[in-house]
Amino acid sequence: MKKLLISALSALVLSTGAVAASEAGGVKDFAFSFEGPFGRFDQQQLRRGFQVYREVCSACHGLKFVPIRSLADEGGPQMDPQWVRDYAAELDPIVDADTQEERPRKDTDFFPTRTGDGMGPDLSLMAKARAGFHGPYGTGINQLFNGIGGPEYIHALLNGFTGADKEEAGNTFYENHIFSTGWIKMPPPLSDDIVTYEDGTPATVEQMSEDVATFLMWTAEPKMMARKDMGFTAVLMLGLLTVLLYLTNKRIWAPHKGKH
Amino acid sequence: MAGIPHDHYEPKTGVEKWLHERLPVVALIYDTIMIPTPKNLNWWWIWGIVLAFCLALQIGTGVVLVMHYTPHVSLAFASVEHIMRDVNGGYAIRYAHANGASLFFFAVYIHIFRGLYYGSYKAPREVTWIVGMIIYLLMMGTAFMGYVLPWGQMSFWGATVITGLFGAIPGIGPSIQAWLLGGPAVDNATLNRFFSLHYLLPFVIAGLVIVHIWAFHTTGNNNPTGVEVRRTSKEDAKKDTLPFWPYFVIKDLFALALIVTIFFAVVGFMPNYLGHPDNYIEANPLATPAHIVPEWYFLPFYAILRAFTADVWAVQFVHWITFGIVDAKFFGVLAMFGAIIAMALAPWLDTSRIRSGQFRPVFKWWFWLLAIDFVVLMWVGAMPTDGIYPYISLIGATYWFAYFFVILPLLGLVEKPAPMPATIEEDFNNHYGTPAE
Repeated sequence: MKKLLISALSALVLSTGAVAASEAGGVKDFAFSFEGPFGRFDQQQLRRGFQVYREVCSACHGLKFVPIRSLADEGGPQMDPQWVRDYAAELDPIVDADTQEERPRKDTDFFPTRTGDGMGPDLSLMAKARAGFHGPYGTGINQLFNGIGGPEYIHALLNGFTGADKEEAGNTFYENHIFSTGWIKMPPPLSDDIVTYEDGTPATVEQMSEDVATFLMWTAEPKMMARKDMGFTAVLMLGLLTVLLYLTNKRIWAPHKGKH
Repeated sequence: MAGIPHDHYEPKTGVEKWLHERLPVVALIYDTIMIPTPKNLNWWWIWGIVLAFCLALQIGTGVVLVMHYTPHVSLAFASVEHIMRDVNGGYAIRYAHANGASLFFFAVYIHIFRGLYYGSYKAPREVTWIVGMIIYLLMMGTAFMGYVLPWGQMSFWGATVITGLFGAIPGIGPSIQAWLLGGPAVDNATLNRFFSLHYLLPFVIAGLVIVHIWAFHTTGNNNPTGVEVRRTSKEDAKKDTLPFWPYFVIKDLFALALIVTIFFAVVGFMPNYLGHPDNYIEANPLATPAHIVPEWYFLPFYAILRAFTADVWAVQFVHWITFGIVDAKFFGVLAMFGAIIAMALAPWLDTSRIRSGQFRPVFKWWFWLLAIDFVVLMWVGAMPTDGIYPYISLIGATYWFAYFFVILPLLGLVEKPAPMPATIEEDFNNHYGTPAE
């Protein structure tokens, strides 16, 4: 048993060492507040990230799987419900599914989609649709320690522009080391102070990309905190059950086992 | 139940006798639960209960998911997001179901390799083994179709690639593929039939699980020594066995609780670790993902499928000898299914008179090499098909077949077995000492 423990521990130490060493691909690991078994979303950060989305990203990116009302939900940015209703009414009108007529958007509707020329992909699930970490040797084992790295990818992408661009077949491409092909159609979207944060946080590109990555993690996984709470309760109760069953098992077998 | 002599259920009260004469259901349950079980079973024998749990978990969570899921190409992906966001506890149910598939395969692979090591497939347990292999095949089919249902990019392209395998069968292949898909390409008809079968097959599996248990309850469990329980008298049998209840039920439940604790840690804290990020992008027939990778539990056989490329001499030879009917693609398909058939044939390929690998000093090495081979194939199955990877897959695939078709038959003829205990009782007492009476 002791031997097993030592070998398991040394394997863990060795592998974390290997993980730290394999910082390839340019996606930097980040200690987001929501990571780890006890990680929580920072409500202020979610609100800042939402502001970045609202004022910058939403021009070209939709959130078609996110109901607007969920902005007021517990565990999210938790905006005031009246504010959410007013905000919904300001968004693009929607064609009602029943009457087939255009009407103002309600908080029970989804965020608008963005399609057409020059528009980007939907961001609802982007934080889960990209992996930031793949190693070592393509096994993905370091995701065990760093997480899959979707928000890290978003953060790295927003900071990955080199400033170079090129024209190709009538389109402009911007060089970005994080993007899979190295050249992306999206121009660098963020610049310092492009938004003015309501809570007075300085709006640097670094800060904004971190905030919007957090917001997009929330849009991708709005029930993350509830899920972790569920996991924690389950592990605690099942752990207790395991101990009880271990003792029961030991006891019922004892009369049949002699002692050496 | 024939086999190991033991006490049977005797109806005592009037009501019990009345029911027993009409439907001996209590006797069936009693004899199943109280079955004499070799008392030296080690911890590798707990995976059966884990598998039973997995099946129940998958059916239970699956039935609830179906209540909220919509099998239509334009609605499926959104309905899964609806489950994740708006259904009460939907995120927990869906993540438990998705990761439940992984636990299911993790358990089945250990269960199968346990059987391979301790010779559980050997006479008289061939039927248990074959039924198990059929269950495993159905599991693969069910898991594959289940993965298509969320209608993400990997769902769509995985379905395209795997059904394409059937298209590689000479002559009738394209017709079979169209029949499976319900059309020329993966589309709504495919999604609907996969949904239907994904719901049906687990119940077929449940039926076969009963047959699987019935079969090994007839022959009795194998055990780490491979030495049979003494059947000469009830007293002798009692020295080798203990009833399943409570000894093995509690032991199995303890192990299950430990595994389920770890399982819920995965579901709660890292539910997407084993999934593929591309499956959070809605299926798009016009955009092929950069790497189409199956789920981890298919990777070893996916590696074998891809190992036999047109530049391998064996493939070229078969191509020539069959007048071009078997090309590299079809050869790969045959190899993939052949790899599973090879496993199923183990009872007849293994010539050794010794059942348990514990007493086969040479066999042990080859067995562990097979286990390593399996892990290597799993890794290389996820790698691209350039550089050194095709060679690794080819070596790995070749060893897989060599183990079953060369090593198992030959080793049994030449190997000198190690000394074995005469009875299970002796083995048990060697481990734990003679109990004080």
